[in-house]
Amino acid sequence: MSFPWLSVIAALPLIGAVALALAPRSRRIAAPLALAVSVLALALGLVAALTQFDPGGGFQLTEQHVWIASLGAYYAMGVDGIGLTLVLLTLVLTPIVILASWHDGDEGRWSTNAFFAWILALEGLAVGVFAATDVFLFYVLFEATLVPIYFLIGGFGGARRNYAAVKFLLFSLLGGLLMLASVVGLYVVAADNGGPTYLLSELSQLPMDETTGRWLFLGFFIAFAVKAPMFPVHTWLPDAAQAATPGTSVLLVSILDKIGTFGMIRFCLGLFPEASQWASPVIIVLAVVSVLYGALLAIGQDDMRRLIAYTSVSHFGFIVLGIFVFTSQGGSGSTLYMFNHGMSTAALFLVTGMLIHRHGSARISDYGGVQRSAPVLAGFFLVAGLSSLSLPGLSPFVSEFLVLAGTFRRSEVAAVAAVLGIVLAALYILLMYKRTMNGPVRDSLPATRDLGTRERLALAPLIAVIVVLGFFPQVLLDVIDPAVGATLDVVGVEQPAPDVMVSEGSLP
Amino acid sequence: MSPLALSGTPLASGEAGVPVVPTAVDGVFSLLWLVVALPALGALVLLVGGRRTDRWGHLLGCAMPIGSFLLALVMFVQLLGRDHEDRQVAQTLWTWLDVGDYTVQMGLLFDPLSALFVLLITGVGSLIHIYSVGYMAHDDRRRRFFGYLNLFVTAMLVLVLADDYLAVFLGWEGVGLASYLLIGFWAHKDSAATAANKAFVVNRVGDLGMSLAVMLMVATFGTSSFVGVSAGMPETSEAVATVLGLLLLLAACGKSAQVPLQSWLLDAMEGPTPVSALIHAATMVTAGVYLVVRSNFVYELAPVAQTAVVIVGLVTLLVGAVIGCAKDDIKKALAGSTMSQIGYMMLAAGIGPAGYAFAIFHLLTHGFFKANMFLGAGSVMHATNDDVDMRHYGALRKAAPITFATFAFGYLAIIGFPGFSGFFSKDHIIEAAFGENWVYGVGALLGAGITAFYMTRVMLMTFFGERRWRPDVHPHESPAVMTTPLVVLAAGSLVGGVLILGDWIVEWLEPVVGPEEHHELFVPAIVLTGLIVLTVLAGVAVAWSRYGPSQTIADTAPTRVSAATRAARADLYGDALNEAVFMRPGQKLTAALVYVDDVLIDGTVNALAALVGGTSGTARRLQTGFVRSYALTMLGGALLAIAATLAVTLS
Amino acid sequence: MNTEHYLTLSALLFTIGATGVLVRRNAIVVFMSVELMLNATNLAFVSFSRAHGQLDGQVAAFFVMVVAAAEVVVGLAIIVAIFRSRRSASVDDASLLKY
Repeated sequence: MSFPWLSVIAALPLIGAVALALAPRSRRIAAPLALAVSVLALALGLVAALTQFDPGGGFQLTEQHVWIASLGAYYAMGVDGIGLTLVLLTLVLTPIVILASWHDGDEGRWSTNAFFAWILALEGLAVGVFAATDVFLFYVLFEATLVPIYFLIGGFGGARRNYAAVKFLLFSLLGGLLMLASVVGLYVVAADNGGPTYLLSELSQLPMDETTGRWLFLGFFIAFAVKAPMFPVHTWLPDAAQAATPGTSVLLVSILDKIGTFGMIRFCLGLFPEASQWASPVIIVLAVVSVLYGALLAIGQDDMRRLIAYTSVSHFGFIVLGIFVFTSQGGSGSTLYMFNHGMSTAALFLVTGMLIHRHGSARISDYGGVQRSAPVLAGFFLVAGLSSLSLPGLSPFVSEFLVLAGTFRRSEVAAVAAVLGIVLAALYILLMYKRTMNGPVRDSLPATRDLGTRERLALAPLIAVIVVLGFFPQVLLDVIDPAVGATLDVVGVEQPAPDVMVSEGSLP
Repeated sequence: MSPLALSGTPLASGEAGVPVVPTAVDGVFSLLWLVVALPALGALVLLVGGRRTDRWGHLLGCAMPIGSFLLALVMFVQLLGRDHEDRQVAQTLWTWLDVGDYTVQMGLLFDPLSALFVLLITGVGSLIHIYSVGYMAHDDRRRRFFGYLNLFVTAMLVLVLADDYLAVFLGWEGVGLASYLLIGFWAHKDSAATAANKAFVVNRVGDLGMSLAVMLMVATFGTSSFVGVSAGMPETSEAVATVLGLLLLLAACGKSAQVPLQSWLLDAMEGPTPVSALIHAATMVTAGVYLVVRSNFVYELAPVAQTAVVIVGLVTLLVGAVIGCAKDDIKKALAGSTMSQIGYMMLAAGIGPAGYAFAIFHLLTHGFFKANMFLGAGSVMHATNDDVDMRHYGALRKAAPITFATFAFGYLAIIGFPGFSGFFSKDHIIEAAFGENWVYGVGALLGAGITAFYMTRVMLMTFFGERRWRPDVHPHESPAVMTTPLVVLAAGSLVGGVLILGDWIVEWLEPVVGPEEHHELFVPAIVLTGLIVLTVLAGVAVAWSRYGPSQTIADTAPTRVSAATRAARADLYGDALNEAVFMRPGQKLTAALVYVDDVLIDGTVNALAALVGGTSGTARRLQTGFVRSYALTMLGGALLAIAATLAVTLS
Repeated sequence: MNTEHYLTLSALLFTIGATGVLVRRNAIVVFMSVELMLNATNLAFVSFSRAHGQLDGQVAAFFVMVVAAAEVVVGLAIIVAIFRSRRSASVDDASLLKY
C-alpha cells in the first residue's frame, strides 16, 4: 500500500481549517497558522511531484476505495500531467494569497479565524477536485467548493458583497444542476451496460449512443462554461471580483474557475469524444467571441477589479479555444495557460488590491502618477500587467502562442480573429497602467505608501515564476504534453500535418 | 483542410533564396551567449537592485555593452578569417518549447548579417551609453535609465541573433517593451506616457503580422527555425510565400515606422534624446529591414510581397521626407528623416538580391550619421535648456563648435555629399531602384532632393543665421563625456563608405542573401551619380534661399501657409486617420458593448431573477392567515383529488 | 339493516361538520365541527366494519377517538391560551401567521 499522497495533501488544509475554526479567535494566530499549513501542503505537493511522478505514465499517485457500492461511486484519486499542474497551481497560490491577505480577514462579518479557515478549506477541496478520478466524487467536491467561496465573498467582501455572493451561487448552482442531470444520466448508461460505475477509467470505455452522449456532454459543458466563465454566462464574475477581497478574487479566478476548463479537458473530451467534436465549431466561435468581447469590455471599465475580471473572460476564451481545436499545441497550450493565467491574474489582482487598500478606491479615474511615490508598486504592477498582455519572455506568452498556433492549424479564421485579442490586451493593460501609475500626480491623491516587506514577499514569488516559466516553460510542458496527447488520442481527431516536412536535425 | 488552406503548385526550387545552413559553434564563438548575457545581467542588476546600485549603476550600464562589443569584435575578426561557406555559426542554448510536433530551440546564429548588426548595436549602443552618462547626469533616476538601456540592448541582440522566428519575436517585443519604457521615461508628463502607450499599441498591430507569420510557418513547416523554414520554402506554394511575406512586412512596418504604421515614431520623440538616437534612429527601427533581409528566402519566392515592400518603402521615404520639411521641433524633423531613410532601406530590401546588401549598407551608415545627429540635437538641447524649437536656435555654431562640426558631418553624410558615407549607400540604392523600375528610381531621387532640403533647413535654422535664443538661455558646449561619442560617430559618418570598397559588404553578405544581381542601367552609372548630386544641390539651394543666413526666421511658425504645409505639419493626417477610423469607432464600440453587457446580458439575468421574485411575491399572497380559507383550500384539494380518482376509475 | 343509511348519515354529518368549519368563526364551534367530522368518519368506519365482517374498521375508529382526544387536549389548551391573551375566541382574529 503506497502512501496516499493526494489524500494527505487534500486533507491537510481541511484539517487545518477545522483546527482554525476550533482555535481561539485571534488575529495573531490565524494567519501564521494558515500560512504554515499551506506551506506544508505545498512542500508535500512538491515532494510528490518531484519524487513520485513520471510524466509519461498516465494517471499516477492513484488511490481507490469503494464509497457507495450501489451507485458505483468510488473514492478514487489520481493525477496525470494536467491534474498535477493544476494541483500545483492551487498549492502555490494559496500561501501567496494568505500572505497577501494578512489583514483582510479582520474586517469581515466573521472572525479572522473564519476567513483563513475558509481559504484552507477551499484549498483542500480544490486539490480534491483536480485529483478526483471518479465522476461522482468530482461532482460532490465541485459543488462543495461553492460553500467556502460563498462565505468568503459574502462574509469578507466590500459593498454589494451579498448581491455578488448570491449571484455567484445561483449561477454556479444552475450549472451544477445541469451537471447533476448528466451525472445521473451517466449512472443510467453505466447501469445499462453491466453495472453502475463512476470511475473515469471505466466510464471512458462505455459504449454510448450518439444522442445520449451529446445531451450528457451539454450538461457537463454548460456547467463548466459557467464556471470558466465564458460569454454569455460570465456576468457573475465582474460582480464577484468587484465585491470580494483581492485574495478571494485570486482564489476564485485563478483556481476555482480553472475547474471549468479542467473539467472540459477531463470530462467533456475524455468521456464524450464524439460529442466534443460535434460541438467544437460552436464552441470555437463562442471562445473567440469571449476573447474579443472580454477584451473590449475590459477596455471600457473604470473599476480595476472589474477590468481584471473581464480580462479573465478574454483569457478563458483562449483556454477554451485551445482545448476545442484538438491539436497538441492547442491542448498543451491551454493547460499551460491555466497555470500561467493563474499566476499572472493573481499578481494583477493582488497588486491592484494593495493599491486599492491604500486609497480606498478602485476607480482608475481616481488615480494618476502613483509611480512617483511608489515605484516598487508600479514596477510589480507593470510586470503583472505585461504578463497579462502576454509579453514574450513572460510565461503567458508561451501558452498564448501555443494556443494560437494550435488554433491556426485547425482554423485560420479563428486564429486570425483571436489574435486581435493581443492588440486589445495591450490597450486594456497599458491604458489602466498609464491612467493609474503614469502621468501627472493627481492633486486630490495623497502620496502612496510603497509596498512593505510582506507585500513584496507575496508578489516576488509570483513574478519569479512568471519570468522563469517564460524562458523555461518546458519544465511544465514536459509534464503536460504526454497527458494532453493521451486525451487527444481519446478524442481521436487527426492533427493536421505540416504541408512541407522539413527534415529534423539539420543543425549539427 | 480548412477553406483558407493555402495550396497551389510548389515553386521550382531554382529561384529560391539562400537556405540557412550553420555549423556548430567552436572556439571563441562558444562565448556567443555571453554577448547577450552581459547586458541582460546589467539590466537585471540595475532594475532589481534598486537604489543600492544608484552610485555605480551608470558605470555598470556602460561596461556591459562595451564588453559585448569587444567580444563581438573578436568574433567578427574570427569570422572574417573563415571561408564564405563557414561563416554561419549557431549555438543552441536550451529547448524553449517542445510540444507535439513543434520544437523551438533557444539558439543563437552568428553570421555575416547578424555580425554587422551586433557590432552596430553594441558599438553605437556603447557610445550612446557613454553619452548618456553626461546627458542624464542631473536626473535622479539615471540608474534606472541605464537599466532600461541595457534591457533594450539585450532584447535587440536577441532579435538579431536568434535563429528561430519565435525567438526573434521574443526580441522583437522585448525591444518594444524597452522602447515603451524609455519613451515614457519621464512618465510624469502626460504626453510622454501617451506616446509610450501609442508606440506599444501600434507596434502590437505590427506584431500581429509577426505572430501570424510564425503560426503559418508552424502550420506549413512544423517549425519556425531559420534552418527549417529556409529549407522548406522552395517546396511550398507561392500563395504561402506571399502571405508570409505580407505578414512579415506588416511586422516590419510596425517596428520600422513605415506607412501605414508610421504614426508612433514622431510621438516617440518624447523620450530622452539618447533613446531617440539609439532606439528610434540607429537600431530598433531598422529591425524591420533586418527582418526582410533575413527572410530573403521567403521574399525571393513571393514577388507580390516584394513589390509590396518596395511600395511601402517608397511611400514612406516620401512621406517621411515631406513631414521632415514642416517640423520646427528638431527631434521631430530628424524623426521624419529617420522614417524616410528607413524607407530607402525597405525599398532596397524589396528589390531583392540587387538591393539587400545596399539596404544593410545604408542601414549601417544611417546608424552612424543619424545617431550622430540625434546626439548632436541632444547636445544642442543641453545647451538651450531643453528647448527643441529650431525657431529658438540660430547661430549656435560658435557657442557649441564641436557639436556643430560633428553635426555637420552627419548632415553631409545624410544628404549624400560626395565622399561621405551616405553618398555611397544612397547612391547605390537609387541606382538599384532605377535598375528595377524607373518609377522607383524617380521616387528615390525625389526623396534625395527633399532630404537635402529639410536637412539643410535644420542645419541653417540651428547653427546659422541670427541668434534667436530665449532670454534665459546661455548656450554652452557639452562636457567631454558627451562630445567624445559625437566625434567618434562623426568619424563613422565620414568613413563609413569604406565598407563598399571593392564591393566588400556585398561579398560579405553573400552567404546570407546570395550574390548581388546587377541590373543594366539605361545610362552609365556615373551619369546617374551626377544626376543625384545635382538633385541634392538643388535641394540645398532651395533651402538656402529660404532659410539662409540672410533670411529672417519668424519666432513662431507662420500660420498662413499652404494646404501642403498644413498637411505636412499634421503628419499628413496619419493620426487624424487613425483616430477617425480606429480610435473613435473603437471607443463607441467599447461603450456600446459595456451597455450591452450591463443591460442586455446581465439585464436578462437580473430580469429572470426579478421574474422569479415577482411571481413568488404574488403567490405568497395566498397565505392569508385565515384558518377558514386554508380549510376551503383543503376542501377544494380534496374534491379535486376525488374527482381525479373518479375520472380515472370511471373512464 | 342497510349500510347505505349509515353511510348517508355519515356523509350528512361530515358535510355539516365541514360547513361548520368553513363558515363559523368561533373557535369552539369550529372545534366542535371538526369533532363532528371525525365522528362522521368513525360512523363510516364502523358501518364498513360491520358490512365486511372485519374488525379493521373498528380498530381505526378507536384510533381516531384516541387521536381526537389528544387533539382536544392540545386544541382546547391553545384556544384557551389565545382567549386569555386576546379576549376573543374568533379564529379570524388569529391570522398572524401569514405572508
